[in-house]
Amino acid sequence: MVHNTTPKSPLLKDCIKAFIFGGGICCFGEVLKTLYGLTDLNEDEVKLAVSTTLIVMTAILTGAGVFDNIAKHAGAGTAVPITGFANSVVSPAVEFSTEGRILGTGAKMFNLAGPVIVYGCSSASLYGLIYYICDKM
Amino acid sequence: MPKITGFNTVILENKPSIIGYAAAVGKKESEGPLGKYFDKTYTDEFCGEKTFEKAETHMQKTAIETAIKKAGLSKTDIQCAFAGDLLNQCIGSSFGMRDLKMPFAGLYGACSTMALSLALSGIFVDSGAAKNAVAAASSHFCSAERQYRYPLEYGGQRTPASQWTVTGAGCAVVSSKETDTSPKIEKVIIGSVRDLGITDPNNMGAAMAPVSVKLRPYPNKKGMVFLHK
Repeated sequence: MVHNTTPKSPLLKDCIKAFIFGGGICCFGEVLKTLYGLTDLNEDEVKLAVSTTLIVMTAILTGAGVFDNIAKHAGAGTAVPITGFANSVVSPAVEFSTEGRILGTGAKMFNLAGPVIVYGCSSASLYGLIYYICDKM
Repeated sequence: MPKITGFNTVILENKPSIIGYAAAVGKKESEGPLGKYFDKTYTDEFCGEKTFEKAETHMQKTAIETAIKKAGLSKTDIQCAFAGDLLNQCIGSSFGMRDLKMPFAGLYGACSTMALSLALSGIFVDSGAAKNAVAAASSHFCSAERQYRYPLEYGGQRTPASQWTVTGAGCAVVSSKETDTSPKIEKVIIGSVRDLGITDPNNMGAAMAPVSVKLRPYPNKKGMVFLHK
């Protein structure tokens, strides 16, 4: 009964919006990559610079209280790219700053991103191990 | 004296009156259809305080003080206050009561806190344990959001079924004093917890629905009301 009466999310609309915003962020990333390519950075450094730029921009937008308004429409479009991760670190940091520098910002900063880091690092180590073993055989 | 009837319906024989009431709310609530009925509205979500929790305390204090004033009483006339909120250790209420210095019993009943505080105040006044009691509850969208869900600046989407926690506080002064116009508390039923296994934290309505429709065989004027299932 709950399942039938609960209003549904407008899936198609959400998907289109997510596609446009997500695609927009990726295109912007490509533009940044091309621009950084013009400098004397090598390819790895360019990739790093693109990610860093997007992270810093998200952090600034989150701090300014703009990002959540964009993400309200974009959904997965902003959550899936690196912007989502940056936002999930900065937003609790801002929120809990009223509880102090150490027990507030410091302790709560990875509230949302913590699981991503834990399982990200664990699975990376596991795959690294498998890769190492396979490589030796 | 309160008397029990049926399974757990408490009849308050002296019919305690609600002689004063007040509500203090935030901006969104003041823009709603009930806007003009609120005693105090805040356009600033911090209510001039430093944190959302302090803002909630501030609102609850304002509601209680206004209600007592409207009842024509002073703080020293209140023998017991029942109040609660949604925060850990009920800090919204307890820090407010620190300043108001009334005998205080903290309640936690989430959305039922106001009904619960009214019920207990009614029973206290009816039994003679208090001449005047205060029933109050408060919540704040910003403090509740971070207590239960995500930080405000987190870029998530709200589902169509998600609720918006009220920014506001309400208070009623329950008294043994007789007045003709004031509403009276005649009966009280304390509910039991019902869990239908709703696991979606964004769908509070579904989680609470069984509580509001579930009645045990309950006596009314027409006889008995039964609710099947």
